[in-house]
Amino acid sequence: MLPWLFLGFAALLVATAVMVVVHRNPVTSALFLVLSFCSLAGIYLLLQAEFLGMVQVIVYAGAIMVLFLFVIMYLNLQHDVETGAQIAVRRGIGWMVGALLLLFGFLLANRGWAPGPVAAQLPAQDGGNAAAIGRVLYSRFLFPFEITSILLLVAMVGAIVLAKGRPASESEGA
Amino acid sequence: MIPLGWTLALSAILFCIGVVGVLVRRNALVIFMSIELMLNAANLAFVAFARNMNSLDGQIFVFFVMTVAAAEVAVGLAIIVNVFRLRETVFVDEINLLKG
Repeated sequence: MLPWLFLGFAALLVATAVMVVVHRNPVTSALFLVLSFCSLAGIYLLLQAEFLGMVQVIVYAGAIMVLFLFVIMYLNLQHDVETGAQIAVRRGIGWMVGALLLLFGFLLANRGWAPGPVAAQLPAQDGGNAAAIGRVLYSRFLFPFEITSILLLVAMVGAIVLAKGRPASESEGA
Repeated sequence: MIPLGWTLALSAILFCIGVVGVLVRRNALVIFMSIELMLNAANLAFVAFARNMNSLDGQIFVFFVMTVAAAEVAVGLAIIVNVFRLRETVFVDEINLLKG
């Protein structure tokens, strides 16, 4: 049962990711990206990372993609014009590099990878995966966690300053 | 339990699709979405290893990667909006101010 679910989610994920890359219309690309993030959340659930699955849906499929869609609508883009010999050559090179990289990845995949389980089972899961993650996050990783808040604050201020644009009086040399 | 190799293969495929997207498309927004795909491929590998090693550290790392990705998207989209205001385009081959 579990492997079949995994294969289903994986097929959906790969199909939607390919559609993100090949579709002409950016809005459709963004909507396919939402679908691929949701199927990735399903895979996280299968890998016993329930908290991350939920965060994936809320943060990626919710917040980040809404931001993308807002910007696409704000910029009012026309469809990509993808004709001409130069673009065709570049597209061919792009697909070739991707295929080579995939081949390289599968060559590497046959090595011995993980050193094996460090514990017999996942650490104390009473109260669920979210509680376990919270316990680790607020003890061993407390300092990085607090640094993250500063990062988010800086990003917020930076985004507002960048997107605000110059006030009219400043450009007149006032 | 799902074999580690399957999830790693899926992660590799997802990453390569992201690379192709960055190389093939001209629209800066779609390139940005492809970068998100690559970040998610790395996240998937982290979660797969965390499951395989019975450790929560990989999941914690994915949490931090998601935070950084959110910050990156906010700043990056603001930059794209600014570029659009200046050049009236988001096609990366028409933004060639630094071309010699």
